Amino acid sequence: MKILVPTKRVPDTEQRIRIRGDGRGIDAAELPFVMNPFDAIALEEAVRIRERQQAGVEVLAVGIGRAEYEQELRTALAMGAERALLVECDMPLDPWNVARILQAVVERERPQLVLMGKQAVDDDANQTGQFLAALLDWPQAMFASKLEFTESGVRVARETDAGIEVVSISLPAVISTDLRLNEPRYASLPSMLRARKKPIDRIALDAIGITIQPRVELLHMESTTSRRNCMRVGDVDELLSRLRNETKVL
Amino acid sequence: MHILVIVEHDGSVVRGGSKSAFRFADAVAKQTNGRVECLVLGRPAEAVVQEAARYAPVLSAQDEALADPVADRYARVIADVATDRRIDLIVAAATTFAKDIVGRAAGLLGGAMAGDVTGHEFRDGRLLMRRPMFAGAVSATVTLHGWPQIVTIRPSAYEPAEPAPAAYEIRPVEVDAASLPNHIRLERVESRSGHRPDVTEARVVVSGGRAFRSAEDFERLVGGLADRLGGAAGSSRALVDAGITPNELQVGQTGKIVAPELYLALGISGAIQHLAGMMNSKVIVAINKEHEAPIFEVADYGLIGDVYELVPQLIEKLDAD
Repeated sequence: MKILVPTKRVPDTEQRIRIRGDGRGIDAAELPFVMNPFDAIALEEAVRIRERQQAGVEVLAVGIGRAEYEQELRTALAMGAERALLVECDMPLDPWNVARILQAVVERERPQLVLMGKQAVDDDANQTGQFLAALLDWPQAMFASKLEFTESGVRVARETDAGIEVVSISLPAVISTDLRLNEPRYASLPSMLRARKKPIDRIALDAIGITIQPRVELLHMESTTSRRNCMRVGDVDELLSRLRNETKVL
Repeated sequence: MHILVIVEHDGSVVRGGSKSAFRFADAVAKQTNGRVECLVLGRPAEAVVQEAARYAPVLSAQDEALADPVADRYARVIADVATDRRIDLIVAAATTFAKDIVGRAAGLLGGAMAGDVTGHEFRDGRLLMRRPMFAGAVSATVTLHGWPQIVTIRPSAYEPAEPAPAAYEIRPVEVDAASLPNHIRLERVESRSGHRPDVTEARVVVSGGRAFRSAEDFERLVGGLADRLGGAAGSSRALVDAGITPNELQVGQTGKIVAPELYLALGISGAIQHLAGMMNSKVIVAINKEHEAPIFEVADYGLIGDVYELVPQLIEKLDAD
C-alpha cells in the first residue's frame, strides 16, 4: 500500500505574525517555518502504519512550493517517509488549486490512501482534503482521531461537534487528521543526516498539466487584538457583585 | 443572488448555527435583490422541515439513503440541487458537519469557498468577506472567483434569524438513491456531554483548563458552576488531550468557536489557540493562580487564586442567593 501525505510549509505557531505594509500578506522575512502541525500528525500516522505492517507500505511526502520547501521535506524524510516529491510552484495557492495539484499527483502515484492534516494553521481553511476527495470521487473521513484497518477498508473515529463519530470507509480514500490521532516523533539529528541520502523528486506544475485557477482572492489582512482592560477583583463576592451591577449578565 | 442555506439539524430541531446562516443569507439576498431557499436533508424529519419553513422556502430531500449525514451522499445531493436550481451562493454554519459535507460539495462545484466568515459587505458589486487566519491573530478580507460561491459563517458572528409568522412553501427533492455513492458507513456516535447545552448555543459558558486534575473534579466544579448559571461546560485542549473531558467540549482554534454573553475561564492559561475560540465573548472572567497568565490580557474581570478554593465559594454564594 502506498500512502501519500501532503505537507504544507507554515510559519511556526509560536511566532508573532506581522502584516506587510501593503496589507496584502504577512511579513515572512524573519519567520521560522515548520511543517504544518496537522500534517506532521498525518505523516506520523503513515509511518506508524508502515512500522506496524512492515513490508508493502510506502510513505510518500508531497510538498508544493519553492525550493526552500526542501527543508520541510527533509524533515518528513527524517520522520520516516521513504520518498518526497516537491511540486515546484512560486505562486500563493488557495485550497482549490492545492487540491487540483494533489489530484494530479494522486493520478501519477496511485496511492491507496491520502493522509493529510485537517487544516493548515496559517489560513485555517479546512477545505483541501474535502476538495481532493470530491475531485477523486473517493470516500473521505475528516478530523480523524483514530484509524483501524479492517478487511474492507478503514474504520475511523472522527471528532465532530456532537462527539466521536465512527465511520467505516473503503479504500482508496482521503483521511484528514485531528490533533489527538498521535504525538508526532521528533526528527533526531542522526535521522536528519540519514534523510539527506533519501530522494526528493521535483516536478514542475506544467509537467502535471496544471494551470492555476484562482478562487480565493486575498484583498487585505489586518492584525486583530483580543486585549481587554482586565479589572482585578479581590474575591468571589466582589466578582459576583460586579458581574451583577456592571455587566447585567447575571 | 439565488441563495441556498444548508440546514443542519439533529433529527428534531434546526441547529442554532443554521439560523445564523439564514441571517447572513437574508442580508445578502436583500443587498442583491435575491432570494433564499433552504435544503433539509435527512431521514424523514417532518418537525425539522416545518421549522425550517419558518425561515425560507424548503427543498426537502428525505430518503432512507440520507438517514445518516455521510459526506459523499450528502455532498452529491447538495451539488445536484445547487446545479439544478442555478444557485449562486450556498451558505451553511461553520460546524464540523458543514466543514465535512459542504466542503466536499464545494469540491464538486468548483472550489470557490470561504469558510468561517465573520463579516461581509458589498463593494463594486462584489461580495467581500472577512475571515480569521492564524488562529484568529489575523483578519483577512477575501472575495471569491467562480460560480457558485460557497460560504460557511461563524454562528457567533451573526445573530440567529427570526422565524416568520407563517411557513413558506415546502417542496420535495427527488433523491435517486441508487445513483448515490456508498463508500462511507456511519457506525455510531459516541457522546459524553450529556444534559447540558452545547457550548456554541449557551448564553453562559464555564470552561475549565489544566488546573483540573480529574473528570470528577471537572464535573463537580466546572459542571456544577455551569449548572448554577444555566450554562454550558467547556474545556481547553489540555483537558481533552488528558482524557479528562470529551472532545465536543473543546473551545479553540480546532475546537468550537463561542461568543456567549458570559465566558468564565477557570484555570485556563490562555494559549492563542484557546483565545481564538472565545475572544469575542461579550464578558470574559478569568480565574487563575498565575498573576501573569495570558488569559488575563483578554479578560474583563480577573481573580487570582486556586480554582479548587474559589469555584466552591462561587457555587456556595450562588446557591445562597
